[in-house]
Amino acid sequence: MITLLYFARLRESFGISSEQAHPPAHVVDVRSLTEWLRQRGGAWQEELAQNRPVRVAVNQDMAAPDRAVCDGDEIAFFPPVTGG
Amino acid sequence: MTVRVQYEDFDLGAEILKLRHGNSKIGAIASFVGLVRDLNDNARVAEMTLEHYPGMTEKALAEILEQAKQRWCIIDALVIHRVGPLKPADQIVLVAVSSAHRGAAFAACEFIMDYLKTRAPFWKKEQTEAGARWVDAHESDEAAAQRWV
Repeated sequence: MITLLYFARLRESFGISSEQAHPPAHVVDVRSLTEWLRQRGGAWQEELAQNRPVRVAVNQDMAAPDRAVCDGDEIAFFPPVTGG
Repeated sequence: MTVRVQYEDFDLGAEILKLRHGNSKIGAIASFVGLVRDLNDNARVAEMTLEHYPGMTEKALAEILEQAKQRWCIIDALVIHRVGPLKPADQIVLVAVSSAHRGAAFAACEFIMDYLKTRAPFWKKEQTEAGARWVDAHESDEAAAQRWV
């Protein structure tokens, strides 16, 4: 089981801020996890489209698409940051 | 090195006093305060809400301060970033750096702000006359951060 978190525009588009998920065995990294979520369709397909600038953090560290996703991980999806 | 993410406002004078208190090795303190503007991308901003990622935001800010300490001979550094609803002219962020000489304090202060703007998980949502909108990231902010790479 993994924990998924969504922030800012993604949280609003998806209508949830967090969920527990049990991805199938072929989900092994950030890229395949994103693809799996995209297959939910609707806002998921739209917001996680490949041309959208989505950032991903694994266990609170910024993560590249090839970063491994392991059982128990906390994975956050969010738009580019705009603080300061 | 201190990081605070808070709803409350902050007092620049009080924070600087704490930063320099009792340390006579400090010869310079540089500080930056960011404020909410009433106009952004040609729209009147009535209110702004700052969202963050509790846990990761504090961690990212602490890492930025640690990097600053490795790059320059600074003595101490402080970041306070507010979250929640803010109005035009409200303070959003404070960065303050102490060092023996001004060069390190100026450079580290600017570095911390540039990295904060592009690497710390905060998101701004503006309430304008035309409705609410999430602020888009600016390429100029990433360009500013790239100067330090």
